[in-house]
Amino acid sequence: MSGTVAGLLQVALLFLALGLVYRPLGDYMARVYSDTRHNRVERAVYRLVRVDPDSEQRWSTYAFGVLGFSFAGIALLYLLQRIQSILPFDFGRGDVQPGMAFNTATSFVTNTNWQSYVPETVMGHTVQLVGLTVQNFVSAATGLAVALALVRGFVRARTDRLGNFWVDLTRGTVRILLPVAFLFAILLIVTGVVMSFKSGVDVDGSTVATAPVASQEAIKELGTNGGGVLNANSAHPFENPSGWSNLVEIFLIAVIPVCLTRSFGTLVGNRKQGYVLLGVMGTLWTAMLAVIWVAEAHGLRPLEGKELRFGIPSTALFADATTGTSTGAVNAMHDSFTGLGGGGALLNMLFGEMTPGGVGTGLYSILVMAVIAMFLAGLMVGRTPEYLGKKLGRREVTCAAISILAMPAVVLIGAGITAVLPGTPGALNNPGAHGLSEILYAFASASNNNGSAFAGITVASDWFQASLGVCMLLGRFVPIVAALCLAGALAEQRKVPVTAGTLPTTGPLFASLLGGSVVLVAALTFVPALALGPIAEALQ
Amino acid sequence: MTTMTRSSEPQAENQQVAAGVFAPRQLLDSVPDALRKLHPRHQVRNPVMFVVWVGSVLVTVFAVAEPSVFTVAVAVWLWFTVLFANLAEAVAEGRGKAQAESLRRTKKDAVARRIREDGTEELVPGADLRVDDLVVVEAGEVIPGDGDVVAGIATVDESAITGESAPVIRESGGDRSAVTGGTTVLSDRVEVRITAKPGETFVDRMIALVEGAQRQKTPNEIALTILLSTLTIVFLLAVVALQPFAVYSGGEQSVVVLTALLVCLIPTTIGALLSAIGIAGMDRLVQRNVLATSGRAVEAAGDVNTLLLDKTGTITWGNRRATGFIPVGGTSMDALVDAARLSSLADGTPEGRSIVELCVTGYGRAAEATDHEKTGEAVPFTAQTRMSGIDLGGREVRKGAASGFVLTEQTREIVDEISADGGTPLVVAESTGGDHTVLGVIRLSDVVKPGMKERFAELRAMGIRTVMVTGDNPLTAKAIAAEAGVDDHLAEAKPEDKLALIRHEQEGGRLVAMTGDGTNDAPALAQSDVGVAMNTGTSAAKEAGNMVDLDSDPTKLIEIVRIGKQLLITRGALTTFSVANDLAKYFAILPAMFAAIHPQLGGLNVMGLHSPNSAILSAVVFNALIIVVLIPLALRGVRYRPSSASALLRRNLLVYGVGGVVTPFAGIWLIDLLVRLIPGIG
Repeated sequence: MSGTVAGLLQVALLFLALGLVYRPLGDYMARVYSDTRHNRVERAVYRLVRVDPDSEQRWSTYAFGVLGFSFAGIALLYLLQRIQSILPFDFGRGDVQPGMAFNTATSFVTNTNWQSYVPETVMGHTVQLVGLTVQNFVSAATGLAVALALVRGFVRARTDRLGNFWVDLTRGTVRILLPVAFLFAILLIVTGVVMSFKSGVDVDGSTVATAPVASQEAIKELGTNGGGVLNANSAHPFENPSGWSNLVEIFLIAVIPVCLTRSFGTLVGNRKQGYVLLGVMGTLWTAMLAVIWVAEAHGLRPLEGKELRFGIPSTALFADATTGTSTGAVNAMHDSFTGLGGGGALLNMLFGEMTPGGVGTGLYSILVMAVIAMFLAGLMVGRTPEYLGKKLGRREVTCAAISILAMPAVVLIGAGITAVLPGTPGALNNPGAHGLSEILYAFASASNNNGSAFAGITVASDWFQASLGVCMLLGRFVPIVAALCLAGALAEQRKVPVTAGTLPTTGPLFASLLGGSVVLVAALTFVPALALGPIAEALQ
Repeated sequence: MTTMTRSSEPQAENQQVAAGVFAPRQLLDSVPDALRKLHPRHQVRNPVMFVVWVGSVLVTVFAVAEPSVFTVAVAVWLWFTVLFANLAEAVAEGRGKAQAESLRRTKKDAVARRIREDGTEELVPGADLRVDDLVVVEAGEVIPGDGDVVAGIATVDESAITGESAPVIRESGGDRSAVTGGTTVLSDRVEVRITAKPGETFVDRMIALVEGAQRQKTPNEIALTILLSTLTIVFLLAVVALQPFAVYSGGEQSVVVLTALLVCLIPTTIGALLSAIGIAGMDRLVQRNVLATSGRAVEAAGDVNTLLLDKTGTITWGNRRATGFIPVGGTSMDALVDAARLSSLADGTPEGRSIVELCVTGYGRAAEATDHEKTGEAVPFTAQTRMSGIDLGGREVRKGAASGFVLTEQTREIVDEISADGGTPLVVAESTGGDHTVLGVIRLSDVVKPGMKERFAELRAMGIRTVMVTGDNPLTAKAIAAEAGVDDHLAEAKPEDKLALIRHEQEGGRLVAMTGDGTNDAPALAQSDVGVAMNTGTSAAKEAGNMVDLDSDPTKLIEIVRIGKQLLITRGALTTFSVANDLAKYFAILPAMFAAIHPQLGGLNVMGLHSPNSAILSAVVFNALIIVVLIPLALRGVRYRPSSASALLRRNLLVYGVGGVVTPFAGIWLIDLLVRLIPGIG
């Protein structure tokens, strides 16, 4: 069987598996967030943190909860790393340096999982399990909560209440992420992923680091986190031992962002509204897969930096899945990709992580984009614009604009400053256009909370630790606050009835409009920068 | 008044909302205004154009410091970009000013005959009148200010305001009591209570409106401006960040080139035309003799979900069509028909014409008067007698309202029966030598206007529900509703029912438009989202509505909805066009900037532009000229055909999206052919 056929079979298998769980998981998630009862574990949590689970919050309170919880998480994670030497299972790896500790804390709380450290030599098991893995769960649950709050903004009418952040956070963790992650951790152990509390095993006289990988591997992918327990990430045989584990991991990456479109359709009372979002996400994702695949298959150095165990198709598939979902796990070194292939992975992130995007973040990002697209489209049908029965006025457009604006601003400013810093050439593996691609990739990855690395750039300096940390924070929380503000504005409105004059948002016309907007916004913003990096490379 | 064209006939089906006249001369006339608007205080109100303005200043400084043909040319064309944007606004405002000018001419300095408290009269200048002053106006005099007739009845020539030459009746009490300052009383004498201060009269407000003096940005305009500002910030960042990337790549760019790129990328086309589109939308209403008190109302018109239409006069002709003759006493049908025809031959009113028509089509009489009949002396309708007719050789034939005649029991019954059915009875009588005989009754009844069914179907396709409101009994209402093809009807409607219906619709999130003229309508007009008051109506109605139709033609509501939609579509289409243009500009400018450091980027120069300088200059020139080219479109509005939302979007995306991608490729290529000939550029 040729590599191409095998690759196509994998894609087909992936789509089939996603198709099978689409309805049950999507509907289950919708039920989780609209349930009025609380289970025993949840009630215990609410008692512990003294939250009344039946009281609902305004958008500002909700946003305050998200910010407070996240910044407390950063502080805690920073502290854990700084006192690692007194924690058990540290294997003498010592306290983490302040710059690195800040960067890592920010990275895991923002669901970025950018890793400026080498796990095997820096992090002990305690920080991994109590710090990083906990954030892998709750940062994903936070994304889900924000997405749900925005959906409620569309669903509800004439209220200023968007739900309760603490309830959404707890339910996402307890009822969705924990059970699914547990199930798949077992499955991954079956496929051969390592689960060990030892620091390493002795192989022919040299020590190979091990860790409790499988349990983290599942949530690393499921929560679109991407932070590997081992430095080589999913290119490491202990994290990703076989073709089957590779496919399972890709499935895990995509499953929640994909199925969430079903939950969305269910919650807004029109499943087609969800299908159309999925259609846009899937089309763009598949298109980028084709670009990366073809570029890598026909590149000058087709095998350099690739995972030879899996071959080009599986590498391309993983690269597309990880950059299209803000996961950032890698099973190959993207730095070694061709100009076009690496540019494809880069563009996938610059779309703003909505194809299908991260857990929760993908849904709220594409909904914000839909607001912008419907504003122009709505005008062109001769009405003041509306989407899902809500008018898009001054406040709605302002919130959506801020949400959309945050990522490009952070990427361009960060990369721009970095390009002219005197220390930059020394941090790059390659000069010229490829070096610029490395810089752009790093800032795109941080600002989109992706976390994948081009790996051709040394980011241990204080400038990178600090600037990328700030990019992660702004890239995560500015859109979140803006999306919640948008949700608040939408929930206050009454519903506009659907008439023949309403532009239907379920057909191919809306799908192409939305997809076009995603591509257009990214293209118009980044073409000048890309011209000097990947485009110049690709045309060489 | 000459500039106001009166559109007496309803617009034909599917016809584009007609263009206002746009002459290239207007561009030249507006140049001084456009130059005046170069002041930064004016520019800062438009964020997109303010960025261009700052860029122009910046490039000018460089052009002065290190002059070269290229730098000077870019500076000049950047200033042209700002100027063209000003020009668009000035032209739109100029058209309003012309209308205001002709309105001002109607403001005659009338002398008012004010009634003192003791009942005597004094002469005061019209400008000294206060609210609640009582004035007397007699035939031939100009009404000195806006007010309500409190005593008397008169015919008034309102052509100065409405352009309609036929006089109208104004009387105390009822719904026809409002008079407008500047109009002339033609007959009789009325006492008027002044309701507006000098300077705040209807005409004054009209002048302020069409001049755009009180123009404020509408909600949708503000939202769009926010979106355009966001785009501007995105491009500002993209261009500013480009310099460090260029420095890194070893190809530092000049400020002139970066500014040129920025100006080309930000949405200058829509930024320049946005306010002109808004002004022109109001202007298109004025051309149809509709005055909107706010741009917000025009926008709301595009959003309307439910139209409340009064049956009479809107859906039907009103009780103005003769549908039958009923002879009384011993009169034969032939005698009645002859008399009815005779009395109506000289009667130019719709009722009169319809009577003759019925005589012709139903009873085979001649349509034209014979020579003998022409010798008769026509007796015109007056407000007091309420009858008209003809005196022909000692024979006096009259027709008129039942109240003007002495009726027999039988006639009274017929008259009452016709009234009960919702029709209007006209009594025909003849007197020869003092002998006064009632011959019979003409039944005028409601007839649905032709083409209404198609119109309502069209509205339905646009997502607009029509509700017919009538005082008729449910049976009659239902029959007419079915015949006209409205979606719903409200029978035996009282003003409070109308108000309740509007509230109910709005409760469901729908926007409601209605027309009204009576004082009774005022609460409903105020409650509705688009309330069009008829100019013939009361002051209260005019105050309550947010539009006034000078022609008092209720069918115009449909027209108003179209104009509202067209305004919004124009905004969306030009924004799409503006953004779509950027693709070609990237293809023109990026290779020009970076082919020196990355020769392979030269492959992106698909237009084959001559040199980096000519490419950049051509993009800048195109960016400026496209504004001027689109001014007529902005003023006229894009083509609008009522159809489903999807069809509209598909069409506009094709024309303005795809068209916006393709046009600049051709335009920049053509401009480059000329620009390359300039020495120092090519």
